[in-house]
Amino acid sequence: MSSIGTGYDLSVTTFSPDGRVFQIEYAAKAVDNSGTVIGIRCKDGIVMGVEKLIASKMMLPGSNRRIHSVHRHSGMAVAGLAADGRQIVARAKSEATNYQSVYGEPIPVKELAERVASYVHLCTLYWWLRPFGCGIILGGYDRDGPQLYMVEPSGISYRYFGAAIGKGKQAAKTEIEKLKLSEMTCREGVIEVAKIIYKVHDEAKDKAFELEMSWVCDESKQQHQKVPDFLLEEAKAAARTALEEMDAD
Amino acid sequence: MASKQPENSLLGPEADSQRTLYPNVTGTSVVALKYKDGILMAADMGGSYGSTLRYKNVERMKAIGKHSLLGASGEISDFQEILRYLDDLILYDNMWDDGNSLGPKEVHNYLTRLMYNRRNKFNPLWNSLVLGGIKNGEKYLGTVSMIGVNFEDDHVATGFGNHLARPILRQEWHENLSFEDGVRLLEKCMRVLLYRDRSAINKLQIAKITEEGMTISQPYSLKTYWEFSAFENPTQGAVGSW
Repeated sequence: MSSIGTGYDLSVTTFSPDGRVFQIEYAAKAVDNSGTVIGIRCKDGIVMGVEKLIASKMMLPGSNRRIHSVHRHSGMAVAGLAADGRQIVARAKSEATNYQSVYGEPIPVKELAERVASYVHLCTLYWWLRPFGCGIILGGYDRDGPQLYMVEPSGISYRYFGAAIGKGKQAAKTEIEKLKLSEMTCREGVIEVAKIIYKVHDEAKDKAFELEMSWVCDESKQQHQKVPDFLLEEAKAAARTALEEMDAD
Repeated sequence: MASKQPENSLLGPEADSQRTLYPNVTGTSVVALKYKDGILMAADMGGSYGSTLRYKNVERMKAIGKHSLLGASGEISDFQEILRYLDDLILYDNMWDDGNSLGPKEVHNYLTRLMYNRRNKFNPLWNSLVLGGIKNGEKYLGTVSMIGVNFEDDHVATGFGNHLARPILRQEWHENLSFEDGVRLLEKCMRVLLYRDRSAINKLQIAKITEEGMTISQPYSLKTYWEFSAFENPTQGAVGSW
């Protein structure tokens, strides 16, 4: 996976002889070094969760939000360089309000994903810009139901049932594949997401982390919002218990 | 928001054609008062095109966020524009998702800035606004005019309401009115306006906002009395009549 692109990796406008653009791959590495972010599509909505690695004990819990609302009906969770992520969120908010202003209805999630992906891709086309060092999981609920998209630093965007980015993405993906998402409600999904994040968190390498979760589902009236506190606590407790049971084996 | 307004308003005739000179479709008075549980507001559903009563199903009161209620008289299209501005304001407030939300005092202040700044550019939003709401038990009722005059009070009205309804309210309003008494008082004001305001129609709505939220009544009509003896045989003794 890692190969030195000597000479061909200096600019995002240079292809290597084997057809790779190294700068984009390096940008993806920035995403891989960040805390895990996962999103799942349940039958009645989307749940997204972020493993927020805490840099310092002095940080106030609940600060440094990693999941942002983009409009009433959609939100994005960002992995990678936080400042880059803020820029993308700002752009997405602007696209969403612009669409509403022109067409009179909330932006369809598909359209939003396309616009965000286009914007991320834009920054891979010019030598005076650098690619965004973040991966984005975008979840929303529109007329076509709940939808989950993932946008990579290359500008690729696909629609998913379940997606994971960051440090524990391989382990998280395995866990997500075990779930029967089409039969799960968001309430159950919240518990599962918490369990997965606690499971893929590497105690040895990273000390403390804070779990941040959001959902957009029928229960939240198709509005994107933080998972309510009581449900979050329930999920954290269930995740800790599951972890202890696993350790006990 | 892009508007084709040239920045330099000294440009001459082309600049003038962009500025509001007179309203086209207008709504008449809005009357509102504070009562025990919150705010009650009444407005009829008419939209006049000059002296023609062209539109009879115009809702001139709308909920703003969770805590506020906005009623407007004056140019209807400018009211719709104000609603758009407020929609964006409330959306951005919601997106913080931090447990806080804009209350009526904040919205009133925003509207005051909006109206006053437009007035200073000689391009006013031709409305008189009534903003009422309740947040954390505190009731708030304020008004802003098209020139940016703003104040808050226990009862407010716009347009003709100031002349016909306010005196009634000054006499009969008191703290902690019950819902029924509040509605009765508003209906008394609206009836006077119906008799005396040429642009009023007999189809009104009453909206209330409390901690639970905003509700707006279905349109209904007031009972009127025309059997005064002075109205009988109106042409008797008039010049040119028989």
